[in-house]
Amino acid sequence: MKKIYLDYAATTPVDPRVTRAMLPYFNKKFGNTMSLHGFGQEVKSALEQSREEVANFIGAEPNEIIFTGSATESNNFVLKGIAFANRNKGRNIVISSIEHPCIMESAEWLESQGFEITRLPVDKYGQISPGDVEKAIKKETILVSIIHASNEIGTIQPIKEIGKICREKGVYFHTDAVQSFGKIPLDVNSINVDLLSASSHKMYGPKGAAILFIRKGTKIEPLLHGGGQEMGLRSSTVNVPAVVGFAEACKIAKKEMKKEGTNLTKLRDRLIKGILSKIPGSYLNGHPQKRLPNNINFWFEGVEGESIVIQLDLLGIAASTGSACSSAKLEPSHVLLAIGLKHEQAHGSLRLTLGRWTKKSEIDYVLKVLPQIIQKLRKISGKI
Amino acid sequence: MKPYYSREVIKRFTNPKNFGEIKNADTVGKVGNPRCGDIMKLYIKIGRKGGKEIIEDIKFHTLGCAAAIATSDMACDLVKGKTLREALKIDYKKIIKALGDLPPIKIHCSVLAREGLKAAVENYYAKKKSQKK
Repeated sequence: MKKIYLDYAATTPVDPRVTRAMLPYFNKKFGNTMSLHGFGQEVKSALEQSREEVANFIGAEPNEIIFTGSATESNNFVLKGIAFANRNKGRNIVISSIEHPCIMESAEWLESQGFEITRLPVDKYGQISPGDVEKAIKKETILVSIIHASNEIGTIQPIKEIGKICREKGVYFHTDAVQSFGKIPLDVNSINVDLLSASSHKMYGPKGAAILFIRKGTKIEPLLHGGGQEMGLRSSTVNVPAVVGFAEACKIAKKEMKKEGTNLTKLRDRLIKGILSKIPGSYLNGHPQKRLPNNINFWFEGVEGESIVIQLDLLGIAASTGSACSSAKLEPSHVLLAIGLKHEQAHGSLRLTLGRWTKKSEIDYVLKVLPQIIQKLRKISGKI
Repeated sequence: MKPYYSREVIKRFTNPKNFGEIKNADTVGKVGNPRCGDIMKLYIKIGRKGGKEIIEDIKFHTLGCAAAIATSDMACDLVKGKTLREALKIDYKKIIKALGDLPPIKIHCSVLAREGLKAAVENYYAKKKSQKK
C-alpha cells in the first residue's frame, strides 16, 4: 500500500541534508559545550554557529536566540518568565482564544497564581482584530501573546499591526510562530515582536530543538535554573545534534521557502477546490486566502472526523481531526468552537497539512477516495 | 506495531452488517453521547418465539467514531434473536469483549450502544402500555 503523509503540521520528516549535518555530533563531536577542553570547545563553536544561522533566518541578533527543548517549553518560558519578571508593573496578560494548548494551559496556571488573563475572540475566519488588542491593553498589561498562524485552521494573523500597537503601548509582544516559521517570511523587526517561539521538528529538523527569540533588553525570568547555559536563561546541557540540525533546516528553508510556498499553495488550492466541488455539505474552516500555504481544514455534514481519519489511514493516508472523539479530553477543538462552529460541526472536522514531499498525484488520490469515504460514512450515520 | 483499534473493531467499522433503517420498526431508540457528541439511533423489529417477545431484527444509524460504529454493529449482533429481557442484560463489558478490545478512552462508546438499546426497549414498553389504555 502506498503511504501518503498529510499531517505535516503534526511533525515533519527530517530532511536528509539535515540528518547529514547532525551525524558527526553524535559520536565524533560529542563534547559538552561547557567543557574547557578541545572536545567541548569544538562543539561550543558549532552551537554558536547554529545560533547565528537561526538568528540570521529571522533577522535577529545571535544573542537574542535561546535554544530550548520544545516549542511547548518556549511558550511556557515566555508566559511564566515574563509574568514573574514584570509582576511589579502589572498582572494582566492578553492572549487569543485560539492559542496552542501550551499557551492556553500556561495562562490558566498563571491565573491560579494571581495573574489576570484576557482572552480575545476571533472572527469566523479565525482572525484577531488589532482594534480588539488595542482596546484590551490596559495599564496592568505586561504581555500580549498571539499565535502567528493557527496550527489547526492555518489562519495567519495581522501580526505586524498587532505588534505596532503593543510597541506604541509599551507592552511586550510574543508570537507563537511554530507553524509559520520556515513556511512564510518572518523578520522579527518588520513584524514588531519582542519574543517569538519556533520549533525544529515542524520544519524538517529533528525533534528536541526549539527557540525562543528574546529581544535585547526584555525582562524575563528563566524557567530552568542550573548550570547557566544559554546566557543563564535556560540551564541544561544543550542538545547540540538537534540544534545543529535545526540550524541546517533554517539554512535550507531560507533558500527554498519561496519556491516551496508557491508550490504548496497551488496544491492546497487544488485540494480545497476539489473537495468543495466533489463533496456536498463540505465547508472550509479558516481564511480562504490568509492561510498557511500547506493547511487545509474542513468540516463535513453528517460524519464524524475520527472515523474519516481512520478510513483514510486504512488507505495509507495520514490526516487529523479536531473532533472530540480523537481528543484525550473528549472535547472538540477550542479553535473550531472559537470561529463559531457548533459542537456537532467541529465533530465532523478534518485537517490535511501538506509539506516538502507532497505530490500532485497524492492530492488527486485524496480527491478520488475522500468523497467515497464521506458517502459511506453518511450512509452509516443516516445523516442523523 | 500495535494498531490503535483491534482487528474486530476495524472489521466492524469498515464493513458494518447491521446499519440502515427498519422502515416499519416496532420501536426506535435515539441516544446522544454527552461526552463526545456521538449520536446513535437503533431500529428494532419485535417478533415472537415460544410465547416470548424477541428482537427479530435490529439496525442502527450512528454518527460517530470508529469505536462508536463498531460497538453499534456488535451490539446489534449480540442481541439479535434474544428476548427483550436478555437483551437488556448485555452490558458494555460484553460488547468490548466481543470486539477484542477498545482503547481506554473509547470505553464510553460501548456505553452508548447499551444506552441506545435500553432506550429502544423502554420506548417499546411505554408504547405497549399506552396502547393497553
